[in-house]
Amino acid sequence: MLVQQLLNGLLSGAVYALFALGFTLMFGVLGVINLTYGFYFSTGAFVALYATQYLHMPIFVALPFAAVITGIVAVIIDDLLLGPLRRAKAPELSSLMVTLGATLLLYSLMTACFTTDIRRFPPAVFNGGAFEIEGLRITLSQILIVVTVAIIVGGLAYLLQRTKLGLAIRAIAENGDAAQLMGVNAGGIVRIVSFISGALGGAAGVLIGLNYNAIQPYMGEMMMLKGFAVIILGGLGDIRGAVLAGFLLGILETLTAGYVASSIKDAVGFLLLVLTLWFRPVGLFGRVVAKRA
Amino acid sequence: MMHTLDNFLFTYQSLIYALGVNSLLALSMYVVLAVGQLSLGQAAFMGVGAYSSALLTLKFGVPFPVALVVAAAAPSLLAFVIGAPTLRLSGVYLAIATIGLGEVLRIFFLNWDYAGGALGLNGIPELAGFIWIFGALTIALAGFVAICRSRVGRAMEAIRADEAAAGVMGVNLPAYKLGALVVSAAIAGVAGAFNAHVSSFIGPNEYGFDAAVTILSFALLGGIGSPFGPVIGALVLTALPEALRPLHDYRLVINGLIIVCVVIYLPGGLLPWRISRIGARK
Amino acid sequence: MSDALLEVAELTVRFGGLIALSGVTFSVTKGSVHGLIGPNGAGKTTAFNLISGMTAPSSGTVRLGGATLDGLPTYARTARGLARTFQNIRMFREMSALENVMAGAHLGTAESLGAILCRLPAFRAQEKQAIKWAREILSLVGLADQAERPGGDLAYGDQRRLEIARALASDPKLLMLDEPAAGMNPSEKLGLIDLIKKLRARGLTLLLVEHDMHFVMKLCDRITVLNFGAKIAEGAPLDVRTTPTVIEAYLGTKVARGLEVKA
Repeated sequence: MLVQQLLNGLLSGAVYALFALGFTLMFGVLGVINLTYGFYFSTGAFVALYATQYLHMPIFVALPFAAVITGIVAVIIDDLLLGPLRRAKAPELSSLMVTLGATLLLYSLMTACFTTDIRRFPPAVFNGGAFEIEGLRITLSQILIVVTVAIIVGGLAYLLQRTKLGLAIRAIAENGDAAQLMGVNAGGIVRIVSFISGALGGAAGVLIGLNYNAIQPYMGEMMMLKGFAVIILGGLGDIRGAVLAGFLLGILETLTAGYVASSIKDAVGFLLLVLTLWFRPVGLFGRVVAKRA
Repeated sequence: MMHTLDNFLFTYQSLIYALGVNSLLALSMYVVLAVGQLSLGQAAFMGVGAYSSALLTLKFGVPFPVALVVAAAAPSLLAFVIGAPTLRLSGVYLAIATIGLGEVLRIFFLNWDYAGGALGLNGIPELAGFIWIFGALTIALAGFVAICRSRVGRAMEAIRADEAAAGVMGVNLPAYKLGALVVSAAIAGVAGAFNAHVSSFIGPNEYGFDAAVTILSFALLGGIGSPFGPVIGALVLTALPEALRPLHDYRLVINGLIIVCVVIYLPGGLLPWRISRIGARK
Repeated sequence: MSDALLEVAELTVRFGGLIALSGVTFSVTKGSVHGLIGPNGAGKTTAFNLISGMTAPSSGTVRLGGATLDGLPTYARTARGLARTFQNIRMFREMSALENVMAGAHLGTAESLGAILCRLPAFRAQEKQAIKWAREILSLVGLADQAERPGGDLAYGDQRRLEIARALASDPKLLMLDEPAAGMNPSEKLGLIDLIKKLRARGLTLLLVEHDMHFVMKLCDRITVLNFGAKIAEGAPLDVRTTPTVIEAYLGTKVARGLEVKA
């Protein structure tokens, strides 16, 4: 029972980690908390749904397809909303407010298009297959989640640590102005990071959609709250921290649901958030966040 | 004359109350924005004020003024707990923490059977009225105008303009920010108590994220150059959907659009003027 | 050394792997004008930020009038008698020049919240007093006729002087000026030199970072030279100017720049 709980916790933790990765990367590099990020989560799920339903894509094609589309959407939204503010060097809270307003708009639009009805993947995609190994139940979609998260996290780590592009991204994250002076194309990097973040958010949306087989526009909103908890616990902008904190939240949530009460499961994230802010605002690994004056 | 006025008040009673309550909420948002911070917990603070006062009057028969004091104190305490650790950090921390607060309180009220759970509280005595609401609004406005033209107001504007420079001027930044948040929570709590005691019903879903963003849109539309800006924003955004019924269904879209457009194109809001500059009179 | 107002000892700060300031020690004598110079990136502004509390040091201490300032936030250091200006002007742009100075006098204005809210006579008297004090400072820096204009609308040189006025308003013991002459034309610079002399004559102690060597040599009683985050020389202007390490540091950067251009 405990092992099953831990396994379920690890699985939802993997998706939280994936979701938080894009979120924290966006903050670390672009210096903004982009509240439209939850919308990318929903977008990814819907694109995958339509790709499987009408384009008859197998899920392992639909997943990267949805990630790419969501990444492009993220770049466009960033250009439209945050581009003007970046050029005007507006205070950081302005960008937070703009994305907040945009969230309302985007969700309303999405609801107008798709209604709030819960949709499901076609049965062919979601055959609900499952293994039983010594009493542990593992579904196929859960295996897909683990494999996808592992590939993406590994790929991102490689990109950031081992490639020239990764170096440029880290330089912008460290000090945007200085990096620009040294010849890093900041505008290009902003778009690339927006794309990567959007794609990560979108992929996380597809995976959660698969796992629970329930898709609707506001699925991103609840996820955002968990995303906040995870990126604060991990330390704003800290990628390693986000992954670890994602797993931590997933496990704590399932344990709370299993041993305390399932109704307060969703409050666990907030409790973690407040405790982190009180006792360790720099997050798990104590990366000091550059304070912007 | 009195008769016409009575008629008018009766017909538009709920709208008039809403105008007053929303103006108070806009002012509560203003205090936080005035020190360059963003709180998305205003709806939650309002909810705490509404629930605490309603429970007191409904279940214990506590006199309304006493309930009102609790409605101000309870959210202030909450604001302190949330604000003390976050306000020492950069502004995004408070914004994030208050978004989370709103959601958790919603879950809390939803599951708190004593307070009606998902059904909310019904039959709250109608103890507040025109005098209470607009009296409080007048006092709050007058207070803010007085503060604007003092050392405290100058310090607040300095923080908003350039936080680091204000610190170098000797402004105690954490104290000012925390003070502003606590005052703002108290005002929102009082507004919540008024709302509960004129509408007789409150429910857990009235104080969520959408309400918080609506309150923000009041303040941003009006502009925070002076305390009058947010009040005007609240009046416009409360009256407009009533006057143009079809707009009602698109309230959230409009609020979202307003925030996006104002922040990008009209950072000063509709009423960008400051309280007159000292020395500006020749 | 008993007449030292500011004592900086072994001040060190690291940003990531980079050491921005390493073990810098110097002291500023009461009533003197002390210069902090060095090539670009030598750590002058970093030193200012550490002394004023805007950045926390990795190690080292700062003392003002014998009392330690370590661990205090900016506003508490201001209360102890420290004031500063910024290299890139940080004006409260919407506020009038007078209000900028009044904001600078934040700590000296003793209005209580109760008095403000009730507009008590005590509040009115204090506000009057604050306006009078701010006007005095504005005329001291020569901006009396600009009092009504928004700070952001003033001419560049006037904004620099307004920043000095705003810093003076807290009635500091030590005034720190970060490149006060930057972007000024020669006649504005002369005016600034006069102002600084006037301030010294009133007993104020000044610490300044400046690139204009003539300006520094003319004004300073003593100079500390930084290079690559470390102190390389200290002394009277004439001595410092002839110190080989200093010449090398300045020459070195020029040579380096020349090479950069060629490459």
